[in-house]
Amino acid sequence: MSAPLLEARGLNKRFGAVVAAADLQVDLAAGERVSLIGSNGAGKTTLVNMITGYLKPDSGHILLEGRDITRLAPRAITRLGVARSFQIPQLCGDLTVLDNMLVANACHDAGLSFWKPARRAETVDRAEALLERFRLQDQRHRRGAELAGGMRKLLDIAMALCAEPRILLLDEPTSGVAAEEKFPMMDTVMRGLADDGAMTVLFVEHDMDIVERYASRVIAFYAGRIIADGAPGVALASEDVRRYVTGELLVE
Amino acid sequence: MGTPSSLPVAAATAAPTRDRAGGAGWRHVAAAVGAFVLLTGLGAVAPKWLTFLMTMAAGNGLVSLGIVCLMRGGVVPFGQGMVFAIGGYAAALFYNRLGFTDAIGLALAGGVAAVLIAAPFAPLLSRYRGIFFAMLTLALSMVTYGLLMKLDTFGGSDGFNLGRPTLLGMKLPDDKVGFILFLVTAGFAVVMAALARIYFDSTRGLVTLAARENELRVEYLGGSVRQAMAINFVLAAFCGGLGGALVVMALGHIEPNFSFWTTSGEFVFVAILAGWHSVVAVFVASTVLEVVRSFSSSYFPNTWQLALGIFLLLVIRFLPKGIGSLWHRERK
Repeated sequence: MSAPLLEARGLNKRFGAVVAAADLQVDLAAGERVSLIGSNGAGKTTLVNMITGYLKPDSGHILLEGRDITRLAPRAITRLGVARSFQIPQLCGDLTVLDNMLVANACHDAGLSFWKPARRAETVDRAEALLERFRLQDQRHRRGAELAGGMRKLLDIAMALCAEPRILLLDEPTSGVAAEEKFPMMDTVMRGLADDGAMTVLFVEHDMDIVERYASRVIAFYAGRIIADGAPGVALASEDVRRYVTGELLVE
Repeated sequence: MGTPSSLPVAAATAAPTRDRAGGAGWRHVAAAVGAFVLLTGLGAVAPKWLTFLMTMAAGNGLVSLGIVCLMRGGVVPFGQGMVFAIGGYAAALFYNRLGFTDAIGLALAGGVAAVLIAAPFAPLLSRYRGIFFAMLTLALSMVTYGLLMKLDTFGGSDGFNLGRPTLLGMKLPDDKVGFILFLVTAGFAVVMAALARIYFDSTRGLVTLAARENELRVEYLGGSVRQAMAINFVLAAFCGGLGGALVVMALGHIEPNFSFWTTSGEFVFVAILAGWHSVVAVFVASTVLEVVRSFSSSYFPNTWQLALGIFLLLVIRFLPKGIGSLWHRERK
């Protein structure tokens, strides 16, 4: 078996009396589609925030291809190939959709330039191709703030992809999206990611139908601990998940 | 390629959707050359008082151009008087103490001196936003003002005079000195305006604009907001120092008031009047300020600030994004 792309080793994080991460051990392999599930406050977003450098663990280490990234700043981690989208899309609301993409492209450039135009043909073409993959091409001249909720989510993800990440973390990509639009939206996201087959995708999700359809592996959290980790059919059927995440056993 | 008609002003910053041949830079250079030729013609036929007024407008406009550079990143300094004074004092000291008299060299010395003194503060200031950034820059300018007032080396509260500069080894004739200094100042203004436009349209310029909107996103895309802010502060210092040196050469005198907070306020006034969309608007706004100041002083002595305040109120009411937004509206 090849070495994991990302390893979380003994991660602990507390917010006062609340345990958000308790000795977490997670390995992610290249190309996996992993869903993090759990009730609110279970520790899903805390793990995402620790991997991307927004939060520093109280103890433990995060290794990317064997390199310790635990204490690196978010931008350094992004440059190493770990990108993310946000539960509340983080856009530049007053810039156009295309300019948002060009900002993402510019940040990914090896060296920002004082004179190289941001709107060069090759960067615009690249941005438009990515917008096409996420069906946002027709929106490219609209301001980010004018977009509907689902489109904002898609743009947020498309911007993260400009970094050409090896690991993409999506924090609740379908939250705030109408029920009937969740599957079409996830279809668009997964189609948008299809060209990057080797990319590992980690997404936080509350909708179990979405998890079952799009994840190849599920990691379930409860009170900062991992209570299940495996294929969706196995993980979602476990007693702890049915009791603490889906609530099925409580109903029974 | 124009922007669609539905775009608001901010979106119109993307005026050309793409620059296929990298031709925008050359267009800016051509525009700068054209502007300089136009200004040369204007200076040649204008009366001396108007030439002097335009020299002051161009010199002061350079300082405000630096403020616009920072405004694009979402911060406004209230202490650009500091770099303005440093540039002016550097030029005057070079002239009086070192005997270096070339106008172009003195102007550049002013810009470089301002950078050397401002740069060490850039990492600190890049950590602050909003009122904290404004107050810190104001504090620096007032410390500079205090030092200039107290130190005899700098002439104390009276400052000191600066003789007539030379240009490329030539003495400037009495009847042409004002016009030639105008040309030097206008030359620097158009060059800096063109460079500023190229920078604003560059990848760094766009990231600065994004940082104004959403710092978190920029950091998570791999960009450094603090680095962008620090660079803009240093660039603004160069513009300020350059402007200070050029203004001192035109006035022939420097004093600590260059670093006083009201002087900094006037530069901010011009930057707000101009908005952050257009570099040309900065110099238009600076000229407007000089005209209002000049005519108000003549017709309403000691109340010109009243005219200035009313003018600013009208601009904020009817052109909240500054004079530059007029250009962008037309482009839409």
